[in-house]
Amino acid sequence: MAQRIDVKDLDVYYGTFHAVADVSMMIEARSVTALIGPSGCGKSTFLRTLNRMHEVIPGARVDGTVTVDGVDLYDPAVDPVAVRRQIGMVFQRPNPFPTMSIAENVLAGVRLNNRRISKSDAADLVETSLRGANLWKEVKDRLDRPGSSLSGGQQQRLCIARAIAVKPQILLMDEPASALDPISTLAIEDLIAELKNDYTIVIVTHNMQQAARVSDRTAFFNVAGTGEPGRLIEMDDTRTMFSTPSVQATEDYISGRFG
Amino acid sequence: MSTSDTPPVRQEDDDLQAARRPHRDTAGRVFAGLSTGAGTLILVVLAAVAAFLLLRAWPALTAGSEELAAISWIPDHGSIVRYVGPLVFGTLVAAVLALLMAVPVAVGIALFISHYAPRRLAASLGYVVDLLAAIPSVIYGLWGGLWLSRRLEGVWGWLADNLGFIPLFEGPAATPPRVMMTVGVVLAVMILPIITAVAREVFLQTPRLHEEAALALGATRWEMVRMAVLPFGRSGLISASMLGLGRALGETMAVLMILSPGLTYSFALLLAGRHQTIAANIALQFPEASPLGVSALIATGLALFVITLAVNMAARWVVARRKDFSGAN
Repeated sequence: MAQRIDVKDLDVYYGTFHAVADVSMMIEARSVTALIGPSGCGKSTFLRTLNRMHEVIPGARVDGTVTVDGVDLYDPAVDPVAVRRQIGMVFQRPNPFPTMSIAENVLAGVRLNNRRISKSDAADLVETSLRGANLWKEVKDRLDRPGSSLSGGQQQRLCIARAIAVKPQILLMDEPASALDPISTLAIEDLIAELKNDYTIVIVTHNMQQAARVSDRTAFFNVAGTGEPGRLIEMDDTRTMFSTPSVQATEDYISGRFG
Repeated sequence: MSTSDTPPVRQEDDDLQAARRPHRDTAGRVFAGLSTGAGTLILVVLAAVAAFLLLRAWPALTAGSEELAAISWIPDHGSIVRYVGPLVFGTLVAAVLALLMAVPVAVGIALFISHYAPRRLAASLGYVVDLLAAIPSVIYGLWGGLWLSRRLEGVWGWLADNLGFIPLFEGPAATPPRVMMTVGVVLAVMILPIITAVAREVFLQTPRLHEEAALALGATRWEMVRMAVLPFGRSGLISASMLGLGRALGETMAVLMILSPGLTYSFALLLAGRHQTIAANIALQFPEASPLGVSALIATGLALFVITLAVNMAARWVVARRKDFSGAN
């Protein structure tokens, strides 16, 4: 199920603004890859190119290739909607659909695929997805309550349950814990550690300790100044990155000297 | 935390004294007074209107059937309820017909402007819609009565010929088409801009976060609209429809100029002389009404007032029923 992602010579533009320049990287299957870097370095933009979500913004375009399972996501024959069904995404702020119940939220993506699923299958899927997101015990008695009745941390785990309910190959997370309290953050991090057994996970984070705790590989992005494109500075095993990075800027950033 | 530090006692005392004094926030109090006053005023006006309608309608409500029968335009039986009934019916038919035609089109236009049209086109379209909403209803009435109704004649004829087995379209269609169906179309055109303008505003308020949630799950644009935009805009859409319904219920001139009046409970929308609305009826009869006649007309106005209140309360109830799921919390 989990797939490797192969990025080659990727450039991202918003209109005439060159946002990310010349990124090539290999993202291993069944592992957690953390993207770190100062604000405005293009790490979130880069993450959103991995499931073509950046296209939602008018004027955005991409040069280069992103290959998953032998298919270039940017091949003209590839439908971005299909890409997003295969590659799930969790956002910075929890965004369950406020007009849907907890159970409906979990099933939202499945219903999109127009699959007629029986009531019992739906109930099973809700349970396995919520269990997968470590939320089942807390919400099993109120599945018909609105998703917005949960706490922020629970909402975020509900969003993760919604993302994994469609059984994606890859899970992208854009600062999934930055709006949460420490205890909820810990719950999310534990969850990420479990999810990597089944999914390829790419996570953007501003929190260096979090990157060190949850990821196997870390990529450091940096930007020379405003108006300049963000670039991938280096990528290595997380342990190496946080002990003996090969670029001075990485060490400066990780040790808190800037950013 | 050393004990030798002497805390600045004086300073704290001063601050506390200041806090204990009644605050001198004049602007705040003036504003609170003004807004409370405005809020009270609206209730007072509402009560005054209700009281006026009741008082002035009272003579007609209590009049005997012989007295009422003396009024030329009240039919034989001479009961005020029998007189108001068909008018209420006609008013509701006209308004519901207009809503049924206007709301789907308005939602379509609003969605096109908010989520489908290229940005520049969307801006100018929105501007045009706002302009249309500002055109006085008498203009629509003239246009509907003089121009549109003639174009509709053929359509109604076709409807009666081919779908005449449905009681709604029972033929033969009246010519000229001074019928309820024409009124419905003109009213729909009239309330379309206001519903569209409000609906567009509501759809634009959909949080980006929820739209992206839907897109990231692999929703197409239409699926995103269905998952995130429409549910979120539901209560706003109901409010917009109520705004349109209010206009349709109270519309006078357009109905007066188009409809050939009659006092029946008929669902035949293509036959003339079957329906009349309260507002148009008041305008038609008022100039030559006797004192008791005026009272009878005011009684119909009271009925309109009650209908409007009931419709609005029903709409509130529909919105409140799913408050937990509205996204407002």
